[in-house]
Amino acid sequence: MRFPTLSTLAAGLLILLGPVAFADPPAAKPHPGTTTDASGAPEGIQVPKPPFSEGIFPCSSCHDGKSMKPNLKRRELTDMHTDIVLHHGPASRWCLDCHDANNRDSLHLASGEKIPFTSSYLLCGQCHGDKLRDWRVGVHGKRTGSWNGPKQYLLCVNCHNPHTPRFQPLKPMPPPAPPEQIQTRKGGAR
Amino acid sequence: MTDHKPECPIGGCEPPASVGGSRREFLGAATAAMAAALTGCGTLSKEEFLQHNFKELSKEEVLSVIDRLEKEYKAKYGKEVKVANTPAIPGVIFGYALDLSRCIGCRRCVHACVKENNQSREPEVQWIRVLQMDKEEGVNLQHADQYYNPEEVPQEGHFYMPVQCQQCKKPPCTKVCPVGATWREKDGIVVVDYNWCIGCRYCMAACPYGARHFNWGEPHLPADQVNPNTHYLGNRPRPKGVVEKCTFCIQRTRNGQYPACVEICPTGSRKFGNLLDKDSEIRYVLENKRVFKFKEDLNTQPNFFYFYGV
Repeated sequence: MRFPTLSTLAAGLLILLGPVAFADPPAAKPHPGTTTDASGAPEGIQVPKPPFSEGIFPCSSCHDGKSMKPNLKRRELTDMHTDIVLHHGPASRWCLDCHDANNRDSLHLASGEKIPFTSSYLLCGQCHGDKLRDWRVGVHGKRTGSWNGPKQYLLCVNCHNPHTPRFQPLKPMPPPAPPEQIQTRKGGAR
Repeated sequence: MTDHKPECPIGGCEPPASVGGSRREFLGAATAAMAAALTGCGTLSKEEFLQHNFKELSKEEVLSVIDRLEKEYKAKYGKEVKVANTPAIPGVIFGYALDLSRCIGCRRCVHACVKENNQSREPEVQWIRVLQMDKEEGVNLQHADQYYNPEEVPQEGHFYMPVQCQQCKKPPCTKVCPVGATWREKDGIVVVDYNWCIGCRYCMAACPYGARHFNWGEPHLPADQVNPNTHYLGNRPRPKGVVEKCTFCIQRTRNGQYPACVEICPTGSRKFGNLLDKDSEIRYVLENKRVFKFKEDLNTQPNFFYFYGV
């Protein structure tokens, strides 16, 4: 699974989710894989779709279990998905710790229970339980919509690339004009 | 208006009232002349000049004022600008919490606010100031920089603290207003009646957060950038010479929406909700996180809180 750069992704989401009047972040392009549709995730939490790279999902279009037998050996990938850099937790971690070997269109928890990509927060919550708790009440992460009505949630992976989860730095928007740049205009006060 | 000279000398727009005229005629002419004199020959209509404090207006008067404003804006910007008069929702007091551990100082909020709230682009007016501070110093205004502009934020060793109107429960700004042009609404939003403000700027001197901003010049707002969804006490286009401030996006929040700064924040640092609703996210923050009020020692009692979400 490939992920676009996080800043593009976050910016794209902002544009899609925000109702009006957004400052246009630089180089922002709505991501095709992301929509504002609620996908009816469990627990009644409204979530947008996971930010898949275009054409990457379903994974089973390649990993159908027939033309390619799953290789369960922990190794560095050399043929495909070489663009994915894994900077997440211990160095021993690898693809099939989260992705399911038998059904590539789903993830699996440590217990082996399969979960869809739309519920990936459950997988993240296995280690980051405090964040999951805060996310559920709307304190970690971002909520849009109405403060007294239906809200739009983002998945963990909408802001944190699961392979490189650290929030990527952004270019700041322009600073206010410093006092020395403020000049009186022709015609005085008026 | 910047280079525009009055076409006639002050007080000379109207023919002088005839010596034998009635008292009524004289007063009418005098009023018009005064309005003209005060504004440089007739940018201010008689109705506007005689308009009372917003709080004293009857329902009908409010509607006629709004009607007049909408016509003015239509003439000025060439598009329909809706001026709402949505009242406070009963049982709601708005609260705001900002997560200092997550804000990265990207200033998306500053510019989203400018767009949403029809601030003057030139001269520049911004309601949110993002302060870059030293981690070693903590929240220390002696070590705050609002003009930082690196290639990327966050910068090593720094944290970021956006400051805007704190919507105090004891606002010093409303206390000092000599004409009562600014007050705290029932839902806790401190508002300004731009038509009643005399531009004395006492409120700016009184505010310890630098949250009030003055229109020193004629506000320049390009017509294609006007946000047509406005509120009388909020983001309607302002005239020159009045003070303005953050209203928690009164035109959005009184209709149930989040403020523009909450919606834009890429890190989800900004939390907003009803302080009286015990299930709201804002109450969760207040009850479960490490929270502080900015300049708490001044007893302004802000409804704007800072917290550490980690």
